[in-house]
Amino acid sequence: MSGRKRLLIGGCAIIFVAAGRMTAGQTSRAEGLAAWQRVYSVLTHPRCINCHTATAYPQQGDDRHRHGFNVVRGQTGTGVPAFTCATCHQRVNADSTGVPGAPGWHLAPLSMQWQDLRDQIMSSGAICRVMTDRSKNHNLDGAGLLKHHEEEPLVLWAFQPGRGLDGSPRSIPPLTHAEFIAATRTWVEAGIPCPAR
Amino acid sequence: MANYTLTVNGRQTEVDVDPGTPLLWVLREHLKMTGTKYGCGIGACGACTIHVAGVAARACLLPVSLVGNRPIATIETMASDSVGRVVQDAWIATDVVQCGYCQSGQIMTAVALLKAVPKPTDAQVEQAMGGNICRCGTYVRIRQAIARAAQQLG
Amino acid sequence: MLNRRTFLRASSAAAGGMLVSLYIDLPARAQSPALPIYPPDAFIHVRPDGTIVIQVNRLEFGQGVQTALPMILADELDADWSHVVGELAPAADVYKDPIYQLQMTGGSISVPHSFQQYRELGAQMRAMLVATAAQSWGVMPAQCRTENSIVYGPANQSARYADLAGDAARRPVPGEVRLKTPSDFRLIGTPVRRLDSRAKCDGSLRFGMDVDLPGLKVALVARPPVYGGRVKSLNDREARGVAGVRDVFEVPIIRGGIGVAVVADTFWMAKQARDRLNIEWNLSGVEHADTSQMRTRYAELSRTTGNVAVSRGDVTVLDRIPAADRIVADFSFPYLAHTPMEPLNTTIRFDGDRAEAWVPSQFQTMDQIAIAEVLGLKPEQVTFHTEYAGGGFGRRTPLDSHVQREAAAIAKRLRGTPVKVMWTREDDVQGGYYRPMFVHHVEVGMDARGMPAAWRHVVVGQSHIIGTGPPWEGGLVKNGVDELVVEGTADSRYAIPNFHVSAHQPTINVPVAQWRSVGMTHNAFVMETLIDELAVRAKIDPIAYRLVLLRPDAKKLRNPLALLDEKTKEWRFRVPRNHAVGIACNEYHETGVACAVEVSIESSRPRIHRATVTADVGMAINPLTLEAQFQGGIVYGLSQLMANGAITFSDGRVNQRNFDGHTPPYMKDAPVEMDVHIVASTEAPTACGECPVPVISPAVVNALFRLTGKRYRMLPLATL
Repeated sequence: MSGRKRLLIGGCAIIFVAAGRMTAGQTSRAEGLAAWQRVYSVLTHPRCINCHTATAYPQQGDDRHRHGFNVVRGQTGTGVPAFTCATCHQRVNADSTGVPGAPGWHLAPLSMQWQDLRDQIMSSGAICRVMTDRSKNHNLDGAGLLKHHEEEPLVLWAFQPGRGLDGSPRSIPPLTHAEFIAATRTWVEAGIPCPAR
Repeated sequence: MANYTLTVNGRQTEVDVDPGTPLLWVLREHLKMTGTKYGCGIGACGACTIHVAGVAARACLLPVSLVGNRPIATIETMASDSVGRVVQDAWIATDVVQCGYCQSGQIMTAVALLKAVPKPTDAQVEQAMGGNICRCGTYVRIRQAIARAAQQLG
Repeated sequence: MLNRRTFLRASSAAAGGMLVSLYIDLPARAQSPALPIYPPDAFIHVRPDGTIVIQVNRLEFGQGVQTALPMILADELDADWSHVVGELAPAADVYKDPIYQLQMTGGSISVPHSFQQYRELGAQMRAMLVATAAQSWGVMPAQCRTENSIVYGPANQSARYADLAGDAARRPVPGEVRLKTPSDFRLIGTPVRRLDSRAKCDGSLRFGMDVDLPGLKVALVARPPVYGGRVKSLNDREARGVAGVRDVFEVPIIRGGIGVAVVADTFWMAKQARDRLNIEWNLSGVEHADTSQMRTRYAELSRTTGNVAVSRGDVTVLDRIPAADRIVADFSFPYLAHTPMEPLNTTIRFDGDRAEAWVPSQFQTMDQIAIAEVLGLKPEQVTFHTEYAGGGFGRRTPLDSHVQREAAAIAKRLRGTPVKVMWTREDDVQGGYYRPMFVHHVEVGMDARGMPAAWRHVVVGQSHIIGTGPPWEGGLVKNGVDELVVEGTADSRYAIPNFHVSAHQPTINVPVAQWRSVGMTHNAFVMETLIDELAVRAKIDPIAYRLVLLRPDAKKLRNPLALLDEKTKEWRFRVPRNHAVGIACNEYHETGVACAVEVSIESSRPRIHRATVTADVGMAINPLTLEAQFQGGIVYGLSQLMANGAITFSDGRVNQRNFDGHTPPYMKDAPVEMDVHIVASTEAPTACGECPVPVISPAVVNALFRLTGKRYRMLPLATL
């Protein structure tokens, strides 16, 4: 191997290691992007995206209609005084009354909106860029994002979202939580790449 | 059926009910406290509003099994509450009620608002009260009564 | 059959609207020549502690009658108002409406029909108390005066009503009493606050839904998804397995249907059990109403002449007016549920030879008869308590007493055990008795001044009167047209020379009933939006246009329009850039109302910043109540504009379930501010509660036109 080529390979290896930080940097960008698409399929499922709105209201249901009863975001995403999310949502699902619940039920901050003001879901690239923008995502790096997906109660809730009032179980994201974590991990290992679109 | 110890309006009480029973029905039928009303059962109207650990809550949606040891306050105790009494008096002075069925919930919501925000703006009032239905249409007087109560509370 | 005096009184009361003919057609009306004497002791009880309890012969469901009638009586009685209490009277002959001879509330008759009655009762009791005191002092009654529940003698003697009442009750009731002159009224005409306010603010007031009795059971009924459906097969094993369930059985319901009743110790147990019933329904042999099919059918019908309601002049003039000077418009209105905040409920205990009922009832006499019929009793064997109701708006007025009949059938089965039959909100939203769906087709031709020269109008929609036979049908249906279907159009006060109104009233398998302001809800919308359109085309101010077009004798509309002009002069021509003003007026039950709204569009919905409402209601008994009724009626009327403001059917099934699918106005949908102004009048009081409802929807869409350039003719207002 020529000296220049060795330098190139070595340099790439350094870059991979620097970007990856988790492993020996074996995950390719292509694998990372594929993993991201799987992550995206979860993020854009109603159980997740209904609370990642750009508006002053959450959504509800698989048809993602505007949450009824004039429920509003408020300053902190927890509703407004006397009419907070906790007015109806408890720390666990209330299946007998058809109300989903998890500790700290609230809206994702506006910086983490995954829809536009017309409630249209953002593209894969657009959401990826928002997710990885540390000025928007509470300063999370890849490891932080993975931990968020592993531990955040509202994320966990999406995979066990309880039953509606008619007894039927709410629809769940296309991956299990374990699969979601695995995909996130792969994506993070790849250096949290984002597709162009 | 399961046994629950509830603290309602400062008093401890025990009930033996199905865990999924909404607190609304425990209050109304087991504790015979009918001031909290059933309007819809899906949290859309606010007629069932109570305070749980000081937070406005819709009793029709809250299974008794999830209350825990959080203290419950209902409309029946508002006359002994420093903010509740002022709100009730403002409601009466403004002649707010018509049929009155929604008003327990309206008052509980208004009390929760004034405890959190003693001098709410019109926008704050509208957002806080925005999920309570009144079919008799007393909304304008509700706004006036809240303004009056806020003023009385100084 | 009827003596002239009583007939004239019925005519002059006149306010009956939908009910005015009831009296005239009642075949079994007693032959008595005079109105009944009302014994004061059935209406007034003076307790030793000074409390004066007054029996109110009506249902209180928000309109304030529980304060108004005691006010009227207490004024003549010179009672200490701070010690007056009103109670809702049970069903009894003595509490029947003096003119209709039915115990009932509706059609705005309560005050007009009982005004004289309650004044006399108060004056009689006062006279008896004074006579008692005077006798004990050895003076003449005329030497005494009364004030605040005390009789004063000429020599500084005084006696409390509470101390006199026992002896006074033994005196004969005076046949003739002197009533106050209006200038002596202390309460009547003043803004008196409601008597039931505190109890409604502290949770202590008992509504029908709150009734509790020893051993009370709760029943819910599973009703078929299509009206008239029946149980084909029932598997109740799982339902009976729910703890607290006492019984499950079939029960007859409306339209020949069969439902399944579940009886349990509590509501939640009954609900869990009902949710676990496995019922196969037989839905054959009954029509499956379908909104899209009905739209097509109604549209077709609206293009043909129906039964003629009005034919004035020569409407073919229209066909000779050039197209450029004509408006052709189609309107549609959906079914509407009433959704009073308190869902329907009835509590009955049947003991074999008698029964007791606790009902938030608007028609006590008829409900008592219905319950008795189902239980095989005479009406007088049913003790019938009137409970406070959480709103009505028409839902408690179906003439078939179906709620009570169903409940009685359940009580019969549970003999000896009291049962509260409850309706969930879903039962209420899906249970029928709606304001019907309507379609209008209108063609208007203008003259050179921009006024309507010819007007051809077809209304299509169900009648809830046709087919019901006497007494209603005789009075209200003429030439095959139910007055209630065309009111607001046929009786329009606009001077349109060539005017033709006809109606088709199809029979649909959907039970329908009156909704606050009945036919005005859709007819006024059509009239007032078309009038606005004409005014815009003529380039005339909408208030001025109406004043030109109204018949000269339409005082009840001219007065409020003039007052509206005065009260809105300051702001209605000076609204901000993205705001607009809309105007509408309507006359109903001899009360004229006019309204101006200031509207903008926020988040794609109309935002009503203010509404100014003026009304000619004759003399106001209680201006505070009046203002409340007008504010409330305006908000109720906005139900028609809500995005989710429709009941629709697919294959016989109601598509909406609860407030999420059929959404009423919340605070943000209501005007932020409302000012109400009453035309000064000394005329007899006319209607109040229903009258503002028809004006608000047309006023708002008239404003919206000025913002969007669109005319909104299809309700509800789903998008702007």
